[in-house]
Amino acid sequence: MLHLSYSDYAALRAHGEENYPHECCGVLLGNSTPEGNQVREIVRAGNTRTDRAHDRYNIAPEELIRIQRQARKQGLDIVGFYHSHPDCPAQWSQTDFAEAHWVGCSYVITRVDQDKAAVTNSFLLTGTSEEDKKFLDEPVEIAMNEAEIEQERGRS
Amino acid sequence: MNINIPTPLRAYTGGQQTVSIPGATVGEALEALTGAYPELRQHLYSGEGKLRSFVNLYLNDDDIRYLPQKEATPVEESDELSIIPSIAGGCCRRLQILLGMPNL
Repeated sequence: MLHLSYSDYAALRAHGEENYPHECCGVLLGNSTPEGNQVREIVRAGNTRTDRAHDRYNIAPEELIRIQRQARKQGLDIVGFYHSHPDCPAQWSQTDFAEAHWVGCSYVITRVDQDKAAVTNSFLLTGTSEEDKKFLDEPVEIAMNEAEIEQERGRS
Repeated sequence: MNINIPTPLRAYTGGQQTVSIPGATVGEALEALTGAYPELRQHLYSGEGKLRSFVNLYLNDDDIRYLPQKEATPVEESDELSIIPSIAGGCCRRLQILLGMPNL
C-alpha cells in the first residue's frame, strides 16, 4: 500500500492540471516500510521530453541525483514517482512499463481530462530483474485531517 | 570512493545506501563493487557485459558517458559515484483511441 498525505495527493494532481496538455512528472520521497511506501514529500521534476511532452516524460538523471542528495540529508529515500496522462487512462502504458526500472517503487499516474485531474492510481513495480518485473495495482491510503475532509466534501 | 546505491539495488548491498569501495578509476571501482556484491552485476550489465542502457553512472555531477576517459577516468577518495536508473514513460494516446479503451 502507498501512504501519502492529502496535501501531497492534492499537489501531485494539481501539478498534472497545471501542465495540461503536457505530462507532468515528479518524485516521491519517503520511507519504505513493511506496510508499504510511506511518502513524506513530493518533489516536482522537469520533463525533458519537450519533443513529445503531451505523451512522454523523462526526468533528467542530473535532477534525480540532486533530489536523491536532498532526500538523503533529510533521512528520506526515493520511494516512487508520479506523472500524468493527459486525456488518457490512469493505467500504466507499455511505454511506462518498458521504462520502469525502480523495483520496489510506486508509480503514481493521474488521468487529467482537459485541465481537471480525474482518477489517480498507483502501481508497485515488483520482481527481481528486468526479465521478470511487473506492475501490481497498489492501494493508496490518503491521510486527511478534519479540514481536508470538509474541503473534499465541498468539492463533491 | 563512495558509491551511492539506488533504492531498487540495495537488496543486493545488504540494504546499504552508500558503499565505500577502493579503486583508482571508475572502472576499477565498479569492478570492486561487483566483486564485493556479485548479485549487482546482472542488474548493471547485460549478458554481453555492457552497461545496461537504462543505468546511468555519474561521477559527482558528470555522466561518465561524456567524460573523455569514460570508465578509465581516475577517481579520488573524496569522489562520489552515483548509480541512477532512468525514469521515463508516457501514455499511449493512439493505442487508446484504436482500442477504444474506457476512461479509467
